[in-house]
Amino acid sequence: MQVDQLSQVFGALADPTRRAILMRLADGDLTVADLAAPFPVSQPAISKHLKVLESAGLISRTRRATARLSHLEAEPLRDAAKWLARYQAYWDARYDQLDELLARLQHPEDDAERKDDR
Amino acid sequence: MKTKITAPEGLPFIDMEREFDAPVELVHRAYVEPELVKQWLGPRKYEMVIEQWDARDGGAYRFVQTDGENRYGFRGVFHRMAPDLMVQTFEFDGAPGHVSLDTQRLEAVGDGRTRMTSRSIFMSVEDRDAMIEAGMSQGVDDGYNRLDELLPTLMVAAAR
Repeated sequence: MQVDQLSQVFGALADPTRRAILMRLADGDLTVADLAAPFPVSQPAISKHLKVLESAGLISRTRRATARLSHLEAEPLRDAAKWLARYQAYWDARYDQLDELLARLQHPEDDAERKDDR
Repeated sequence: MKTKITAPEGLPFIDMEREFDAPVELVHRAYVEPELVKQWLGPRKYEMVIEQWDARDGGAYRFVQTDGENRYGFRGVFHRMAPDLMVQTFEFDGAPGHVSLDTQRLEAVGDGRTRMTSRSIFMSVEDRDAMIEAGMSQGVDDGYNRLDELLPTLMVAAAR
């Protein structure tokens, strides 16, 4: 798997609807209509999400009669679990700490409330 | 405020982009003043000991992250530390001779906010992947990785 594909995988997983779609596909192949049902969004919106997932290699799509079924592909997830995802998690955590530091430096007086907010 | 990370195919780079809700001057201080660096650069579960942090052209740095049992040392040299361009080398004690070049730029984006863009350049694509594997194995903490939550379910299902 290529590295730019890894960043696509991570980008695809960044969205909560797409993560939910993957979780549902874990139970078996589904049509767009099946997938759209539990979400408060339109079928075209779901189709857009499926395109993102497909180009990241996280799902494949096949035709059965008139329906188009989405199928979960696990291999890219295995790769994404490796370094890029860890790198992202690592730096997100560092920069979150930097956010907190910058907030403390700018507003030392409401430090305590800020901590409560997080 | 998520970090945007790209690792272009076939090139030994990693690019990052992140915005901060603070002016450039303040973000810059957080990169050059060791007592501030100490407060964010290390993973929470490790003690961050900055042995040297001389953030000027030709200055050097060295810091150690330790949990009492393990010690991970990192060092490098600063070449330029202006807000619009910070350039430094980076080397992990665990992989001597494998040095990367880090460049970071800070720019004002209005409303007192700052955009940081960085590029790390490694000696080869293989070096990049290996260094990150080594560096990350000790660094990911804070229960932060949502992939770790998502994966078990998906893997089990996909294996059926």
